[in-house]
Amino acid sequence: MATMNMIQAINSALDVMLGRDDNVVVFGEDVGYFGGVFRCTAGLQKKYGKTRVFDTPIAEGGILGTAIGMGVYGLRPVAEIQFADYIYPAFDQLVSEAARLRYRSGGEFWAPITVRAPCGGGIFGGQTHSQSPEGVFTHVCGLKTVIPSNPYDAKGLLIAAIEDDDPVMFFEPKRIYNGPFDGHHDRPLQPWSKFRESEVPEGHYRVEIGKAAIARPGADVTVLAYGTMVHVCLAAVAEAQVDGEVIDLRSLLPIDLDAIVTSVKKTGRCVIVHEATRTSGYGAELSALVQEHCFHHLEAPIERVTGWDTPYPHAFEWHYFPGPDRVAAALKRVMEG
Amino acid sequence: MARKKPTPQAAPGATQKLRLHVPEPSARPGEEPDFSHIRVPPAGALPRPDIAAAESSLRGYADGLIRVLDEDQRAVGEWDPQLDAETLRRGLRAMMLTRAYDDRMLRIQRQGKTSFYMKSTGEEAVAVAQAFALDPDDMLFPSYRQQGLLIARGHSLVDMMCQVYNNTRDRLKGRQLPIMYSVREKGFFSISGNLGTQFPQAVGWAMASAMKGDTRIAASWVGEGTTAEADFHHALTFASVYQAPVILNVVNNQYAISSFQGFAGGEHATFAARAIGYGIPGLRVDGNDFLAVYAVTRWAAARARANHGPTLIELFTYRAAAHSTSDDPSAYRPQEESARWPLGDPVERLQQHLIGLGQWSEAQQQALARELDEQVKADLKEAERYGTLATAPASPKTMFEDVFKEMPPHLIKQRQEMGY
Repeated sequence: MATMNMIQAINSALDVMLGRDDNVVVFGEDVGYFGGVFRCTAGLQKKYGKTRVFDTPIAEGGILGTAIGMGVYGLRPVAEIQFADYIYPAFDQLVSEAARLRYRSGGEFWAPITVRAPCGGGIFGGQTHSQSPEGVFTHVCGLKTVIPSNPYDAKGLLIAAIEDDDPVMFFEPKRIYNGPFDGHHDRPLQPWSKFRESEVPEGHYRVEIGKAAIARPGADVTVLAYGTMVHVCLAAVAEAQVDGEVIDLRSLLPIDLDAIVTSVKKTGRCVIVHEATRTSGYGAELSALVQEHCFHHLEAPIERVTGWDTPYPHAFEWHYFPGPDRVAAALKRVMEG
Repeated sequence: MARKKPTPQAAPGATQKLRLHVPEPSARPGEEPDFSHIRVPPAGALPRPDIAAAESSLRGYADGLIRVLDEDQRAVGEWDPQLDAETLRRGLRAMMLTRAYDDRMLRIQRQGKTSFYMKSTGEEAVAVAQAFALDPDDMLFPSYRQQGLLIARGHSLVDMMCQVYNNTRDRLKGRQLPIMYSVREKGFFSISGNLGTQFPQAVGWAMASAMKGDTRIAASWVGEGTTAEADFHHALTFASVYQAPVILNVVNNQYAISSFQGFAGGEHATFAARAIGYGIPGLRVDGNDFLAVYAVTRWAAARARANHGPTLIELFTYRAAAHSTSDDPSAYRPQEESARWPLGDPVERLQQHLIGLGQWSEAQQQALARELDEQVKADLKEAERYGTLATAPASPKTMFEDVFKEMPPHLIKQRQEMGY
């Protein structure tokens, strides 16, 4: 066991997989010699050489287009999109190509690519460094989408993603790279080293894609969250003084429906939280699933706490970011409902 | 390049209003076809450079036109690949089989036995000569009008027909529009239907081949219209940066559905010239000249295999048929235009070349045409034993397979909801 923050855990996952499998290659803008703008690939080019860890042109469509071709050849490419906000030029390669290749070729060809992309706000990144586009990708059949909330899951899920024979979108909530940010931006950040999730095995292990985790067991209300919002929800549950069961979804597609249904049937209440904009967001899917499977157990309307339906406004970061106060208010409303 | 209409000049000193240029082809329906803007240099005029030649020494080839067969269909000049008569006859046969297949499949579409078809008439030399010039295990990333690649690689017509029919033997399980083939064992990548996406994928495949110290190269095809897509430029950028062992082909057949090549920028530069800014050799070749297409592709393949990097080839040709069975070209171009194409027909030209060599005759030509037509008919009969579009290709439950390698719970549930 070692103590790692999320950056170190992601670096360790890449290191383990580059070491175990000659077909793993890692590339993206600034990931090679420099080691990535968030340092997730630091030291890897030096260790594995520049044909396995390398820099690319600034062309996300080209990065993922070539990644698919490498995957077809038989490699396991791990491509970094420097910010999730920059992924849209590659959208066609993901939606029309990576996601559908196995299907349209009757299983003859597939592209086992992993796409890493730092996502989410809370870093004063403005509208082009703060977005949470995960719901755009869960809507695409043929892609898997995962978002870890801590170093242990980040490493285990990334290894599982690289070993997966389907394309996996691996979103990294950059606000929690260094510590579990709970939304209280006026308080000092606690480093990961103070939390048990920073205890990470140095070798190979997997966290299964498609399995949620219970971040906090509780009896009164189910809170569905992922990424940074897991920590915001844990703070909100404590501050609202409700016995909330916080479920860290970890994998948005495939989704662990059993974990959600079991919890909501037990609590009879549900609050859904994400940073992404609300309308047609992933929370809408969660809300529909809870309604379809738990309607007769619900004792209050389902609540959603999300980013507002606006672009991410730089100067109004903390008005936009769904912090613990908004989550706590929603928790109180469903408890009164 | 298409002719650009002269721009009227204002009097000196006068203030000139701005004017938007909207490209216009040289002739529309009812007008006399006009190819006067196309410069056809003599065959054999251009030298064949060394495969290791610096890109900077090759820039003239982007504005030239490499031709081997002269007006009398004799092979002349340094680019003559010196193919033996047997290879030439095999090439002719593959082109004629492609044409016979296209003609028959158009007919079955018109009979309502399938929904859609796309012919490659007039462009057969592109796919067939290029398949002949590449090694059998080189990887092909085609667009939708290179059925000749599969035919030249000896793939079963029955298998292709079953895909067009979406019948019980359709290897793509009824999931793809007709002609969007995928044939892994022939190194023929799944055709997307979205334009140009395969171009950077081919570059990625070639990069992987180089990373692994393999010897196989990749080749990909787009039409001239698709050079306007971002993926075209992504492919050239990555191919240049990593010197990928790949051949990037632009089939300039003059039309993107109804839009003449001026709408892809062809009025102002050749498509081969796009390579120059990327430091990639751009070679323009007479796409209806089997020998020239073969020779140029062979040169680019040798260059790639020797780690001298990628080549872009513009194959200058003419789409003699409609874009697809959903298209009617008489609505946008003169009907006689195809017959007036200054570079002729690729099948006729190779046939005349062989006859000139004393290696072929009109009688053999006619006998071969009959034989191939019979073969296609027999194959069609066999394919129809497995059904046509009206026949369900398989149980509908298969439509939930291959979305992922293993079916996740939500898809199992949806399959059950459908009743399977």
